[in-house]
Order: sequence, then C-alpha cells, then structure tokens
Amino acid sequence: MTFRSLSRWLLAASFAFGAHAAWAGKTLDGIKSKGQLACGVSSGVAGFSQADGSGRWSGLDVDYCRALAAAILGDANKVRFVPLVSQQRFAAIQSGEVDILARNTTWTLTRDASLGLHFVGILYIDGQGFMVPAKSKVKSARQLKNTTVCVQSGTTTEKNLSEFSRANNLNLRPVVFEKFEAANAAYFSGRCAAYTTDASGLASVRNKEAKTPADHVILPELISKEPLGPAVRRGDDEFFTIARWVLFGLQEAEELGVTQANVEAMQKKARDPQVGRLLGTTEDMGKLLGLDKDWLARAVKATGNYGEIFERNVGPKSPLGLPRGSNNLWTKGGLVYAPPVR
Amino acid sequence: MVLVLALVAALWLLASVTADHMRARGIRSGFDFLLDPAGFDIGEGWLAFEPSQPYWRAFLAGLVNTIRAAVPALVGCSLLGLLVGVGRLSSNPLVRGACRAWIEVVRNVPLLLQLLAWYLVLTEFLPGADEPGGWAGIAQWSKAGLALGGEGGPLLSPEYLALVIGLAVYTSAYVAEVVRAGVQAVPAGQWEAAAALGLPARVEWREVVLPQAMRLAIPPLANQYINLVKNSSLAVAIGYPDLVSIANTAINQSGRAVECIAVLAAVYLLLSLSTAFGMDRFNRRALRHGG
Repeated sequence: MTFRSLSRWLLAASFAFGAHAAWAGKTLDGIKSKGQLACGVSSGVAGFSQADGSGRWSGLDVDYCRALAAAILGDANKVRFVPLVSQQRFAAIQSGEVDILARNTTWTLTRDASLGLHFVGILYIDGQGFMVPAKSKVKSARQLKNTTVCVQSGTTTEKNLSEFSRANNLNLRPVVFEKFEAANAAYFSGRCAAYTTDASGLASVRNKEAKTPADHVILPELISKEPLGPAVRRGDDEFFTIARWVLFGLQEAEELGVTQANVEAMQKKARDPQVGRLLGTTEDMGKLLGLDKDWLARAVKATGNYGEIFERNVGPKSPLGLPRGSNNLWTKGGLVYAPPVR
Repeated sequence: MVLVLALVAALWLLASVTADHMRARGIRSGFDFLLDPAGFDIGEGWLAFEPSQPYWRAFLAGLVNTIRAAVPALVGCSLLGLLVGVGRLSSNPLVRGACRAWIEVVRNVPLLLQLLAWYLVLTEFLPGADEPGGWAGIAQWSKAGLALGGEGGPLLSPEYLALVIGLAVYTSAYVAEVVRAGVQAVPAGQWEAAAALGLPARVEWREVVLPQAMRLAIPPLANQYINLVKNSSLAVAIGYPDLVSIANTAINQSGRAVECIAVLAAVYLLLSLSTAFGMDRFNRRALRHGG
C-alpha cells in the first residue's frame, strides 16, 4: 500500500478519535481562537494556488482565502495554506483539518449532497477541454479517435471523458496518473495523443510546463460545466454564510466600482447607499454575519475586488492569459451575479 | 483466540464510531455504492469493462490488472534472481562483481524511482505512435506500446511494461540474496560428496546444491513475493490502472473514501494471504519430496 493510502487510513481513523476535538465549538470561534484560517488549496496549479520559491502563495483560490481571513480576523496574512492532492481534499475538510476548501473543486450534486459539504459559490466558471500537440493537425476534439488521452485521477475529468467518448463514438482510452506532474510529463513525452483537464488547467500546464507553449493547441470544445468554488463543512450555517457573502461581497464590490485603490476614499465620502452598506459606513451588514462593519472593506483592501483578483491571477494580462468570458459580471455579458448586499 | 476477538471488537468499535461521526456530518456511508454504475473508463486490462458497469466490477477489473502485472513480474524476478544469485557465487571475479553490483544498485534505489525511470525510458525513447518501429509480423513498438504478432495482437502498454520490468528487476535483487543465502547454507559435506563422485559442475549445481538450497529459500522467498504483490500498488504513479488506481478514481467519483480504502485493504490482505498460502503448500511439498 502506498504512503498516501496509509495517510488516508489515518485520516479515516481521525474521524473516530480526533473528531470531537476538531468539532468543539463553531468554526468561526475556532478560527478566532487560533487567530488563523486553515485553507485547503491545490499543491500547485498556476493562477489558482501556487507557492513561489520563498513559500509565498498566490492565485485565485489563495486570494479568496486571504479576503476571508481579512474579513474575519482583520489580517489577510493570517491564513495557513494546506496543500492537498485531489484524493485528500474531501477527507481534509470533513475531518476538520482545514476550515475551508478553496481548491479548484467542481460543484456537483453528488458532492453537495453526499460528502458533508456545502459549496459556498462559484469562484471560477470553467469547462473541461483538450490540448493536443500543434503538429498533430487535430482541430476538434471530435477528431480524436481510437487514441489515448492523459488524465490526472481524482477529478470529475475521467467521467466526463468517458461520457464524451461514448456520445461521439470515439473510443478514447484514458491513461490515468495519480499526480498532476506525472500526467504532464507523460503528455509532453508524446505518450498520449491528447491531454484533458479543465480549460484553465490546460492553459496553466501549457504556460508553465511546455518548452514552447505555441507547440500546443487547446481545442475549442468544452465538454462539461465545471463551476469551481470553495466548500465548507456541513452543519455550521454561521461560517457557511460568512464564506459565501465574502465571495458575493467581492463580486458586488466590482459591480459598484470599489477597488483596492479607492476603497478607503469610498469609505470616507461615497454617497451611494449601496456602497455605504457594502463598506459599513451607513448600515452595518457585518453585524448580521457575526463580524464588524468593516468586514468587506478590509477584504477589498487586502486583495482587491473580484475583477482585480481575476485580472491579477488568471486574466488576459496575467501569464495564464485567460479571457474574462463567462466570468465577467452579469452587467457586462458574463455570468457573475451576486445577490444584493442589503 | 482472545487476541483475535479483541482485534475484531476494536475494529468494530472503530467502524461504528466512524460511521456515527460520518452520519452526524451528513456524509453518506455504506457499501451500497458498489452496485451503482461507475461511469469511468479503464484504459487497459484483461477484464472488459464498460462505464455503465457497477463499481464492484471496476474493482474486480483493477484486481485482475494487478494480477496481470504481478504474475509475470513474479516469474521474471525468480528467473533473474536465480541467475544473479548463482552468479554472485561464481568463481569468475568478473561475473561475481557484476552480480554484486547489480544487487547493490537495484536494492538501494527506491522502487518508485525505478518505476518512473523505466517509464521515462519507454516513453521517451520509443518512436511515436504514428511511426512505429519493429519487425513486421512479429512485434511492433511505439509510444502506444508493444504489439505482439503484428496489428491485431495483444497490445502491452508502456505503463504495463514499465511496471512489470520495474517490479521484476527490483525484486530480483532480493531474490538473488535469498538464493545466495540458500546456497551458502547447503552443508559443505554435500559439495564435497558431489566432488568426490566426480560430478561435473553443472550437474553438481542442478542435482545436488540447488534442490537443497531452494528448499531453504522458499520461506524467505514467500516474503519477497508478497512484497512484490504489495509493491505493485505503486503502479498508480506511472498511470497503470491497477487496483489502487481504480480505487483512487472510485473515491473521487463516489466520495466513499473510507469504504474504498476498506475494500483495498481487504483485497490486498486476501492477495497476500493467498500468496503466503500458495508458498506454504509449495514449501510442504518441497519438504516431503526434496532433500
């Protein structure tokens, strides 16, 4: 049995013995008393969560955790990032090892209903795509017939691939690797005719791992809906509500034009009652969440609004260069829609 | 007996407390999911598998794939180990040195690294799938794998080949040491008696020394065989769909981590016990007939 299987065993055992300790008191109290938010992230997906040489984390998922920590604890640096492989992630949130799972995880009915989780919302709207070597001349995923496709295990990817293959009669054979790195290496060595994962992941792999990114083409088809978002444990409505409204708040801030640069000035002199509510100058929305009135102002000050977080980590000007697309605000033709902060 | 009862009671307690906690947190538990359709494909194997078939069938396909890799690796490591073990005792210093170097290098590099290295060699140096190399009609090789007997023949994937070669080579070093210890444990009188009869070296080895040495070697050999079977779980690192790889996928599709790991543990226990049982039978036979 591999080491990882062993660690999963231990996690399972911790359900039985360590569980009471982890569940004493509410999540929020726990975070406050520890003075730290434990945030489960992926161990290295460029643009979403990645540690640099000095151990500093960056990415979309990472910034959301920082914003949450700023809202709750007043300090965006009071986050302990726990890198998790996909097989560990659900056990880690279930067992209380992390307070929140912000690890490019797809929100599905099965996961929502059977894993003891609540998905907080959608941080990035993604879809599964394919990448092929440019020299292969394949222009559409439907041209991939009787070939092998490299996949990383432990994702929704395998099932989507199988369904796409059957629906289009393609007879695609998966070669499944436990580690992202191994799947990347196998694809770049030419073992597989194609590589499949979320389109954002493909962009990240192409950008980070390919010797010449232009040698690889991401095919136009998206074969699934992959709404990626953070999740919390079931049974703690208070923390669930905070986590989701920090996300909505960041999106609302973008809609109202509140940015990292102008948030302090807006707090002082904005007349718009919506901005006043959001930043706690006219009405105190934080109180309803068990926080103080500056909760969202602090979050925006720490990380910027949703649009700024997006641009910095994955947007067209970032190394990943992903278009805003569906992830734009509903007022700009996208699907990002936060319920009103009132 | 008391020990077994205590163990069963402890396991039951662990299981029931775990189940209680999981229920309290809204996590579904139980083995009923094994009857649900799995929904994912398995890249290769002997047991045909369709995504519409249930999880238990996927586990079975994974088990068959584990055995499919372990059995040829067992045969390979035994033959290679015997050769190297005997070579280790050769009177020729070159052969002796080479065998010793083999054992030391192979034993001291972690198996995971060796598997990755074999896999790298196969995937880097084989020609692309569109321009395969080979001898027409006999074998054809490319990054897609090794096809025996031309087009329609069985295709052995690079993942499978890397796993079988890696396991056979790694375990051969241990088998060689077991063989050497067995040979050296044969009493000197046996060697002298064979020499006194004027037997040629080849007959001396084949008829006198090795039968006695193998009898001594069977119990430690059984351990190495069990290790090989368990080590095959590292297949997941190089993309071969063995039992662990299938279980990994099943955990993510179904979310039933505890259950899937329980199945894994039970199956490996069963595999190890049956290997041990088989070797024990073999040992008894050798004790009766050999020597």
